[in-house]
Amino acid sequence: MGFLDIKNATKSYGNVEVLHNVDIAVEEGEFLVLVGPSGCGKSTLLNMIAGLEDITSGEIAINDRVMNGVHPSNRNIAMVFQSYALYPNMTVAKNITFGLEMHKVPKPERDEALQSVSKLLQIEQLLDRKPGQLSGGQRQRVAMGRALVRNPDVFLFDEPLSNLDAKLRVDMRTEIKKLHEKLKTTIVYVTHDQIEAMTLSTRIAVMYNGYVQQLGTPKEIYDTPENLFVATFMGSPAMNILPASVVVKDGLPHAEITTSEGQSALLPFNQENMSDWAGKDILLGIRPEAITDPDGVDRKSKTVVPISNRVGVTEPAGADTFATMELAGKDCISRMRADADITTGEIFDFVINMDKAVAFDPQSEMRIK
Amino acid sequence: MSSVQTQSVQTGRITRKFIYLFLLLMALFYLLPFFIMVVNSVKPLSEITGGNMMALPEVFTIEPWLAAWSTAQVGVEPTGLRPYFWNSIKMVVPAVAISTVLGAINGYILTKWRFKYDTILFGLMLFSCFIPFQIVLIPMARILGILGLSGSTYGLILVHVVYGIGFSTLYFRNYYAAFPTELVRAAQIDGAGFFQIFYRILMPSSGPITVVCVIWQFTNIWNDFLFGASFASGSGAPMTVALNNLVQSSTGVKEYNVHFAGAILAALPTLLVYIVAGRYFVRGLMAGSVKG
Ligand SMILES: Nc1ncnc2c1ncn2[C@@H]1O[C@H](COP(=O)(O)OP(=O)(O)OP(=O)(O)O)[C@@H](O)[C@H]1O
Ligand SMILES: [Mg+2]
Repeated sequence: MGFLDIKNATKSYGNVEVLHNVDIAVEEGEFLVLVGPSGCGKSTLLNMIAGLEDITSGEIAINDRVMNGVHPSNRNIAMVFQSYALYPNMTVAKNITFGLEMHKVPKPERDEALQSVSKLLQIEQLLDRKPGQLSGGQRQRVAMGRALVRNPDVFLFDEPLSNLDAKLRVDMRTEIKKLHEKLKTTIVYVTHDQIEAMTLSTRIAVMYNGYVQQLGTPKEIYDTPENLFVATFMGSPAMNILPASVVVKDGLPHAEITTSEGQSALLPFNQENMSDWAGKDILLGIRPEAITDPDGVDRKSKTVVPISNRVGVTEPAGADTFATMELAGKDCISRMRADADITTGEIFDFVINMDKAVAFDPQSEMRIK
Repeated sequence: MSSVQTQSVQTGRITRKFIYLFLLLMALFYLLPFFIMVVNSVKPLSEITGGNMMALPEVFTIEPWLAAWSTAQVGVEPTGLRPYFWNSIKMVVPAVAISTVLGAINGYILTKWRFKYDTILFGLMLFSCFIPFQIVLIPMARILGILGLSGSTYGLILVHVVYGIGFSTLYFRNYYAAFPTELVRAAQIDGAGFFQIFYRILMPSSGPITVVCVIWQFTNIWNDFLFGASFASGSGAPMTVALNNLVQSSTGVKEYNVHFAGAILAALPTLLVYIVAGRYFVRGLMAGSVKG
């Protein structure tokens, strides 16, 4: 039983079910990120928690209070919207205290709350301005201020950073994280940016097509994705998915793949039970950072396999260089050190780190455990 | 300003002069009827009957204006247009106010509190914009009779409010459709109720559309003749009907100068509304577009 408990929640618009039996229990103080591609139902779920959309079936409870049918203003939640939704005709100060005024909080208390929040967010000098006179980052802060001042049980964020430019987004991300560490309030945060999801969350719910595909810590989601969708959605560049067949050699299971030169290579699995799949086809998932130049390999890794392959395109990205190559008939991305000595079109000795490789059943697309 | 100039197409001096000349002529052409009305309303009657309508007055007099306002024969009473002017004011102010407020609330509900079949309801309301006045005359007369409002200013107010709601709803619905729904949701979470959201969040941003709606309703209701003639003849008649009676009064000679003055008096309020509110209208549009 969590602090925020979503039990078997379903949402339909007419005959179309857009959310299917969502079950999530969020502990107090957790930072849950809902992530998924556009249209997967993240905002819908968040709006159901907020009470802006009603729940077709199932139950949502906050702090042991069932919230079905409770008005948004009585749920003790606060929400930050993608467009910030600042009231254009009110000053920043009014924007922040409007909720308190509506809840009939006396003026002196409102002023006190305004002071402490604006100090926390460093927006004291903006209080008399209208939202139209603020920059994007400042609007973002004010929107957070409006949420903070309510001192809610749960914060709800719907893609709060997606309107900011890249640099500001990174800054605000850090700031939100700091704020959470300071306040320790439960947060549900919607984004379709998987880096935001990884960096901010204590747990992530990856959603697709109205289903929660996987719920877990960032590490669990990244290292042991439940299915092919989670594997390819989380991580940038995306995980390489290579068709392979399982062979047993020296009593150990290996994945057999073809290199760009038409030779076959054997990559040892890190799980014994892959022997059960001997002779069958699987999909092998290898993250770009697990394919490197020999000097870039992680010293602690146990199974490192060298493989000679022809280099496709190289993309220097500052800290690293990404190189594509053909493996098992697929374009495959590898991640080199920035100064790796690699040339387009030449044969290069890559190394593959199999420690964190995962295998998927090509039929069900589920990870083979 | 400078950016406008650099962006505008480079036209030769001659062409530009020609364009200005043409525009000036068109403007004069449109002003001509008004010129004739003003000029003839300040002439003694003899100058009109005896001479050129286009000529400037030889003897300047405001007698026709005074007569039209307070002493001219309207129907059978020598009251001038004054009482009817107040009738019109008493009709137009509440009718405009009520239809605008109701239209705003309708627009708010139809966009922010959607319900099943709301588009059908809106379609039906739109339909009322296209029903010709003549069709509703008899049913309306019947209803006013039942309500005991026949022949009164209140009856006219009701008629104009009912007729105006279609348009005012259309204006406000389209305006509020572009108003961010997230603002309404934020206000809901903040704990604002139905009407609090309406007048704390939506109303302060509704200036331009309110002006448009008021101008439209005011000119329509003020200029209406058919409903006025049908439902409020006699001493309760509005300005337009009284003007007609003034012109039609058969006793004595036709005092054209008084008729001209009366016609200008009848047109003055709408002119005024355009001049005063029109500026706010443009200003409102500009502010909105710059805010973007
Ligand atoms: N009022 C509605 N009527 C019918 N379908 C709707 C309605 N609102 C949303 N949907 C559908 O529900 C699904 C989920 O929408 P939702 O807004 O939750 O997506 P999202 O994950 O937030 O996407 P994005 O990242 O683009 O914001 C979508 O397929 C959408 O078409
Ligand atoms: Mg969304």
